Amino acid sequence: MFKKTFIRMSGLGGQGVVTAAHILGAAATREGLDSTVNPFFGAEKRLAPAESYVRISSERIFERGEVLDPNIIMIYHPHVITLGKCYTMPFFDGLQPEGLLIINSEKPLELGDEELARLADLKARIFYVPASQIAVEVAGTELSTNLAMLGGLLGVTDLVSMESIKESMAERFGGGKFVASGTTAALDDVLKSKFAKLSQLIEKNVEVIEKSRSSVQEYLIN
Amino acid sequence: MIDQRVVTPEYLFFEAPREKRFMTGSEAVREAIKRANVDMAISYPITPQSESMHLVGDLYAEGYLREYFRGENEFAVMSAVAGASMGGVRVFTATGGPGTLRAFEAFPTWAGARLPIVCAFMTRGVNSPLSIQPDTIEMAFMLNTGIMMFHAETAQDLYDMILKAFVIAEKTDVHIPVGVFTDGFFVTHTRDTVEIAAEDIKLPPYNPYCAPVPVMDMENVPVRQMRDPFVMKSNFISYATHASWQQEIMAAAERARNYVVKYLGGLVEVENEDADILIVASGTAVSQSREAIGMARREGLDAGLIKIKCLRPFPGEEIRKLTRNATAVIVPEFNRVGWLCQEIKSVMEDTGKVIGGPRVFGGMTMPPDLILAEIRRCSR
Repeated sequence: MFKKTFIRMSGLGGQGVVTAAHILGAAATREGLDSTVNPFFGAEKRLAPAESYVRISSERIFERGEVLDPNIIMIYHPHVITLGKCYTMPFFDGLQPEGLLIINSEKPLELGDEELARLADLKARIFYVPASQIAVEVAGTELSTNLAMLGGLLGVTDLVSMESIKESMAERFGGGKFVASGTTAALDDVLKSKFAKLSQLIEKNVEVIEKSRSSVQEYLIN
Repeated sequence: MIDQRVVTPEYLFFEAPREKRFMTGSEAVREAIKRANVDMAISYPITPQSESMHLVGDLYAEGYLREYFRGENEFAVMSAVAGASMGGVRVFTATGGPGTLRAFEAFPTWAGARLPIVCAFMTRGVNSPLSIQPDTIEMAFMLNTGIMMFHAETAQDLYDMILKAFVIAEKTDVHIPVGVFTDGFFVTHTRDTVEIAAEDIKLPPYNPYCAPVPVMDMENVPVRQMRDPFVMKSNFISYATHASWQQEIMAAAERARNYVVKYLGGLVEVENEDADILIVASGTAVSQSREAIGMARREGLDAGLIKIKCLRPFPGEEIRKLTRNATAVIVPEFNRVGWLCQEIKSVMEDTGKVIGGPRVFGGMTMPPDLILAEIRRCSR
């Protein structure tokens, strides 16, 4: 697909964009690819804009910091677009030709004619996945939205395998070795408390990923 | 305490088998301290450093450190680590940005007291306006404090440099502090592949009798100076003592060069040094330069790279020689003032060929395209 895949995940603080990026990057390295992952946020606040970036390549990646020229943009919340809760304007700024947009929404958002024209010029493809809805229905918690979004990504690319995602997820939530920031740790605890056992957490989230993987719908520009 | 086998520094750095792990820079700090046989660590939170010292606190809870506590503020922390080091233990701390400036008075006193403290500096913007994002401006202030300065490009560098910093700092003929600097977020919060040694081995303990000055001796320098400071006197002996002591600290840093070569493989690392266009950088500006050089090659343009790993002592002779035949020297930096450019110009013969930029500051990412644009311009 792309020789180097640069992904920008835009969401709101608390939605898990950093965790999703971590799981995706770890999955890529499991498959022998090179990956770097980094977050971007201000002083931590729930529902404030938060972004994370994943770079995946078969070659060594040196570049750091924000991804300014993404091949894939994943939008974790409609407000990123409709309320401009985003570090870039428009939300697809820097999207590369033939780039992909994966948006968490039950129905297509009303994008302006000018935006759609620019996306059409780029030969961009827009996909919608009801990630939060699937998270609530399948896992019983909106906190699984970030994993549902990874499901959306698996639905439109073959960047990494489901198996690697599953192993990375087990490592992320299973091992006692990981240390996140205080707020992230608190959210981890909330997530873990929703499930009786770790195996159940992994199982349910795999189900979430599978469901969203098959629920992605392409929105055709014109 | 956790049971670990003491190995030689050479074994830990160069021979021990290493395992690849996917981790952040903060986690790389934890892995380094886990193997560094540190007696004591003192912390105070500031983004983007907080996670590192939090993780060092976890090491204390697991039994890797003898003592750990949180200080009242950065000035208190840097003063407390000085006390610990004077007491003859191996000590570690970290800070960044405004924290570095708040503690500033302590750094020259560390050097003056010949304390082999290792401190990690996770650089960030300095107020005002407030920023928590990466910017290396604090390093401009640190250049003349008498402490040695390493600049890590990646989490791998950070892991290796912290461990090696202890060994270099504690050499009898050096015995001055080492600051290991790294760019906040671009390294501390970035996950990358890091190769680390097994966790059941560690450095030999610090031997306080290796100090070139008496430990806590009130009648001799350097502690004598604090008990009975020269500022209270006004005579030739007091001036001469102070002046010669400052020179001794500088000489200690000079003597460290051999150890930096031995353990870090040199003060600089060079790629394609015969190219007409050379990029000279430190920290993550090196990473962005590597991408730019790759892009330039694909366009048929040639550029070489000098990565500066050690800023104090400064690799003046290396840079003078390496840049002699270049037609252009590009110095990309993550700060407004261009302190690295000034340092480089101060050792070069023909400073007219130095391009001071691109400079990105205030927390922004440096697009490799900006460096590529300079390479293109210089190739014309």
